[in-house]
Amino acid sequence: MKVELNGVSKWYGNLVAVNDVSMVLEPGVTGLLGPNGAGKTTVLHMMAGFLAPSRGRVLLDGEPTWRNPPVYAKLGLVSEREAVHGFLTAWQFVLASAKLHKLPQPEAAARRALELVEMTDAQDRRIETYSKGMRQRTRVAAALVHDPAVLLLDEPFNGMDPRQRMHMMRLLHDMGANGRTVLFSSHILEEVEQVSGTVQVIVAGRLAASGDYRGIRRLMTNRPHVFTIRSTDDRRLAVALVNEASVAGVDIDPALGLTVRASDYGTFTRALPKIALTTGVRVEQLLPTDESLESVFSYLVAA
Amino acid sequence: MNMTIASITLRGLFGRRRFLLLLPMPLMLLGLAWLADALGAAAEDWTPPIVVGLGFAVVLPVMALIVGTGVLGSEIDDGTLVHVLTKPLPRRDIILAKLAVAFAVSTLVTGVPMFLIGLIAGSGQLALGLLAAAAAGSLAYSALFLALSLLTRRPVLVGLAYVLLWEGLLGNVLKGTRFLSIQQYAVSIADHIAQSPQMPVHSSISLPVAAALALVVSVAFTVLAVDRLRSFSVAGETS
Repeated sequence: MKVELNGVSKWYGNLVAVNDVSMVLEPGVTGLLGPNGAGKTTVLHMMAGFLAPSRGRVLLDGEPTWRNPPVYAKLGLVSEREAVHGFLTAWQFVLASAKLHKLPQPEAAARRALELVEMTDAQDRRIETYSKGMRQRTRVAAALVHDPAVLLLDEPFNGMDPRQRMHMMRLLHDMGANGRTVLFSSHILEEVEQVSGTVQVIVAGRLAASGDYRGIRRLMTNRPHVFTIRSTDDRRLAVALVNEASVAGVDIDPALGLTVRASDYGTFTRALPKIALTTGVRVEQLLPTDESLESVFSYLVAA
Repeated sequence: MNMTIASITLRGLFGRRRFLLLLPMPLMLLGLAWLADALGAAAEDWTPPIVVGLGFAVVLPVMALIVGTGVLGSEIDDGTLVHVLTKPLPRRDIILAKLAVAFAVSTLVTGVPMFLIGLIAGSGQLALGLLAAAAAGSLAYSALFLALSLLTRRPVLVGLAYVLLWEGLLGNVLKGTRFLSIQQYAVSIADHIAQSPQMPVHSSISLPVAAALALVVSVAFTVLAVDRLRSFSVAGETS
């Protein structure tokens, strides 16, 4: 089952949250990647029918999701906000979901969903006594109870310990392999890398990149890196660095020290100690300046 | 009616601490009536201030406000409503289940004490009238406050403003506002059904008009709530 966004924009007054995004989600797992505040949640909520697009169309299997409750028979949503009815047990909560879906055998469906997320041991405890990861899995069970063809998850790995994370990743991967359309959002590249083959990257409300994650990963790692260096003799080090092939440029600032633009992260960081050693300059400080995720993404946008 | 939603709503309502707020006011009302009667006051002297001035003007709307905003507003506030909305259910079913719970609970906590007060005043007819009026008022208020939960982020504040400013203040100054006052419908229904010398209140709206207006208000706000729920939006938190 396909989810389609055709020229979708969302604005709040003068603020444009999502700007002319078009994408098609096919069966399999897709990662929606982007820094915090990029508009991932807005895109997800529009797909899930919880926000009206200001322009464009959001279609699930050819039908609009906005003001169309019947789509929830085919769609499951795990929102980021971990709101659950804390006074219910996981069993009651998932069973209620199954009943609200009017499934023919709600008990069997609830049992299957709870087994899938490995929550059967704790299913008779009230949800308010659960850890964050257990709540998350309970919510996933409730979203899966009707075996939806499309599953949307907003930051599903938040608050999970490594074991739970692995389990959730395997679950999503299996669902994708079984022909479900799974989309999950994340601001962490490694999470997306481990689960999904395809990635949609959103930066500042725009679709910045789309497609196979390996290509995007390469783009991200091969970008120029900027370092600031303080040493005992900046000028002499600068002269030596200019001869290094992985260095694209050097600035000298008496106050800040050296600013070095390296074309290749690995080669440069391996070469620097040797250069310092041969020139007899002691490096006092080496700081990568653009390692924040935002800069990685903004580089992607420019690329 | 969707029993799953109704039962979750009911458990949510009773599970929250603010449900405890529902108990003192009706008990106080009942206690005052009992005290007045025990001290030997004539029923026609104490029913106007206690039943109308306190019961219909304060206890009924405040109880309905707590319950009416509790069945939906609190689920909107804490985000649990999304779990109910991601189901292929007609939005009408969700609203009707919530309305039924709000109506039943409001009627229970206001209608029962009102009925007992009627008995204390010594008139079975008055007791029935008060019960019917509390039920009709509960229905109209519940529909109003349910819709308010979807129309504003501060339903309790707006609801209080309606009760205190519109019904309380303007209702005493401008007689015309009585046609847009749920409190006046309730008082009129009580008065016409009871026709009791124990409650000498002269309502200015006839029974059919009061009942019809209460029904119109209930239906109109329910329809509005269903429509608003169809367009329920969740703003992105990270964007």
